[in-house]
Amino acid sequence: MKRNRRILIFTGLLILMVLVGLGSGAVRLSPQDFMGLFTEDELTKSGRILLYVRLPRVAGAIVAGVGLSVAGAVIQTILNNPLAGPNIIGVNAGAGFAVVLCGVLLPKSYGIFPLAAFVGAFGTVVFVYYLGKKTGSSKITLVLAGVAINSLLNSASDAVNAFSESSLIASNAFKIGGLSGINTSVLKYAAIAVAIAAILVFLLHNELEVLSLGEDKAKTLGLPVGFYRFVFLMLAAVLAGASVSFVGLLGFVGLIVPHIARLLVGEECKYYILASAILGALFLLTCDYIARTWFSPYELPTGIILSFIGAPFFLWLLVRRKRGTRNA
Amino acid sequence: MLRLEHITAGYNKNPVIKDIDIEFESGKITALIGPNGSGKSTLLKAAVDLCEIYGGAVYLNGNERNGLGNKEFAKHVSYLPQSHSGGAIAVERMVLHGRFPYLSYPRKYGKKDYEYCYHAMEKTGILELKGKKLDELSGGQKQKVYIAMALAGEAQVFLFDEPTTYLDVGYQLELLDIMVQLREQGKTVIVVLHDINYAMGIADKLAVMEQGKLLLSDTPANVYESGAISRVFQVKAKILKDEKGKKHFYFEGIKKG
Repeated sequence: MKRNRRILIFTGLLILMVLVGLGSGAVRLSPQDFMGLFTEDELTKSGRILLYVRLPRVAGAIVAGVGLSVAGAVIQTILNNPLAGPNIIGVNAGAGFAVVLCGVLLPKSYGIFPLAAFVGAFGTVVFVYYLGKKTGSSKITLVLAGVAINSLLNSASDAVNAFSESSLIASNAFKIGGLSGINTSVLKYAAIAVAIAAILVFLLHNELEVLSLGEDKAKTLGLPVGFYRFVFLMLAAVLAGASVSFVGLLGFVGLIVPHIARLLVGEECKYYILASAILGALFLLTCDYIARTWFSPYELPTGIILSFIGAPFFLWLLVRRKRGTRNA
Repeated sequence: MLRLEHITAGYNKNPVIKDIDIEFESGKITALIGPNGSGKSTLLKAAVDLCEIYGGAVYLNGNERNGLGNKEFAKHVSYLPQSHSGGAIAVERMVLHGRFPYLSYPRKYGKKDYEYCYHAMEKTGILELKGKKLDELSGGQKQKVYIAMALAGEAQVFLFDEPTTYLDVGYQLELLDIMVQLREQGKTVIVVLHDINYAMGIADKLAVMEQGKLLLSDTPANVYESGAISRVFQVKAKILKDEKGKKHFYFEGIKKG
C-alpha cells in the first residue's frame, strides 16, 4: 500500500540521516571511526567525539522530534483543531516556564526538569482545554486564548530570568530552542518519558481515532470519553514537556509535522501517529545537521533553521493542498 | 426494548423535552414526527445520554442505562446522529469503528468484525467506496457510511435521526427497506422522519411531538384520525389512494386553503 511504502521510505531516510548526523560536524568522521568504537580497546579521539558529542545530539534530535510531533498530533486530534500546535496553545511555554523556574530554584536537580516540564505542560493543556469547553468557544477562540496564555507564560519565564541572572537557562538559546550543549542527564530521563508516552499513544490508536470522530460519536460507540481525553492530554503533556526540558522552546515542529504527516498518510491514527513520529525525528535531525554544518565554523541554533525551512515549506503545502484536512 | 421514563432533558440548563414517557417495543418501528424544534432529536439524544438529563431515567430491557455503563449500552443501542464529523479516514475503517463497542484485547479488529463490516457495506451499497477517504465523499455517500457504521454493530435498538437527509429518493426508499428488514429481525427501530408519507408508510407507531411534549403515540391510522397531524403542523391533511389502493398523504397550508 502507498501508505506503508511512504512510511518505509521515511524510515530509510531517518536511518540515513542518523548516520550523516553522527558522521558530520566540525570533525568529519569516517565509517572506520564508527567501527573503532567496537574494535579498539581504548576510546580514540574520534570515538570520544562520537560518544559524547554526536550521539547525545542525534539522540536528542530524535527524542525531541518524536516528542513534539506526536504531542502535536495528539493535541490537534483531541482539540479537533489543526491550528493547535503545542507551541501555539501555550503547552511548550508552560513547560518552558516550569523548567526556567526549576532551573532557578533547584539548579542541579536534572531529574526534576522533565517532571517540572510535564507539570507545566499538563497544567496549560488542561487549562486551555477546559477553557474552550466551558465557554463553548470556537476553534479560533481557543487558539486566541492559547496565544494569550502562551505570551503570558513566556513573559513569566522572562521575568524569572530577569530577576535571577545566575539562572541556568537564562540564555536566549532556550527560547530559540536548539540541540547544542544538550544536558545528557536531562536527556536520559526525557528519552524514557518520550518513549513510554509515544508507545502508549501508538497502542491506543483505535481510541484516539474514535475520539477524533467527535465526542458524541465516541460516546455512542461506548468510549469513556472523559477518561481517554484526560489520558491523551496527559500523554501529550509528557511528550511536549519532556522534549522542552532539554531542547527549549523548539515549537514549530509540533505544529507542522502532524500536518505533513496527515497530508502524506491521512488521518487514520495508526499511520498518522507513526508518520508524525518518524517525520518529526527526520525533520529535526535534518535541521540540526544544517544548523551545525552549513555555516561552519559558526553554528546556528537549530530553532532558527527549523523556522527558516519549516515555515516556507508549510506555506507551500497550504497553497498546494487541494482539499482534505478538515477545517483547516 | 427501550423505555424513557418521565425524561426531562435539554441543553445549558434549558429543558427542551419535558416529562416524556414512552416505551419502544422490540420488532416495531416508531417514527417520531413533529414540527422543527419540537424536541425529536433531543429525545433521541436523551436516550443515548448526549444531552443534559434533568429528570427521569432510560431503561434498556429493564436495566437502567447508567447502571449498564457506556460500553455495554453501546453494544445494544446504535445511534445515527444528524450531522457527521470525520476527516481523512478510509470508509472501511469508519465502518469498522461501528464494531468499537465489541473491541476487546488485543485492541485489534478481528475476522468477525471485518465480516460484520463488509456485510454492512454491502447492505448500504458502499463496497466500492471502501478505500475512499471520508472527506472525499458527497453528503449522501457520507450518510451511507454512517448508516453502515450503525448496522455493523450487533445492536438491538436503532435510533436514526433524520436518516434520509442528503439521500436521493431512490436511496431513501432503500433505507426504508433496511429499516423494515431490521424490524423483521426483531430489532427496535426509532426514527425521526420529516416526510409524513414515509412515516405513515413504514411505522407501526407514530409518536407526535409538539413543543417538547409527547402529544400522542399510536398507530398511524389512529394518529391520522385524531387530527393531531393537521393541528401540530398547521396544515390540512388529505388522503389520496393510488391505483393499488395505497394511501398517500397530501398537505395543504391552512391559510391558503
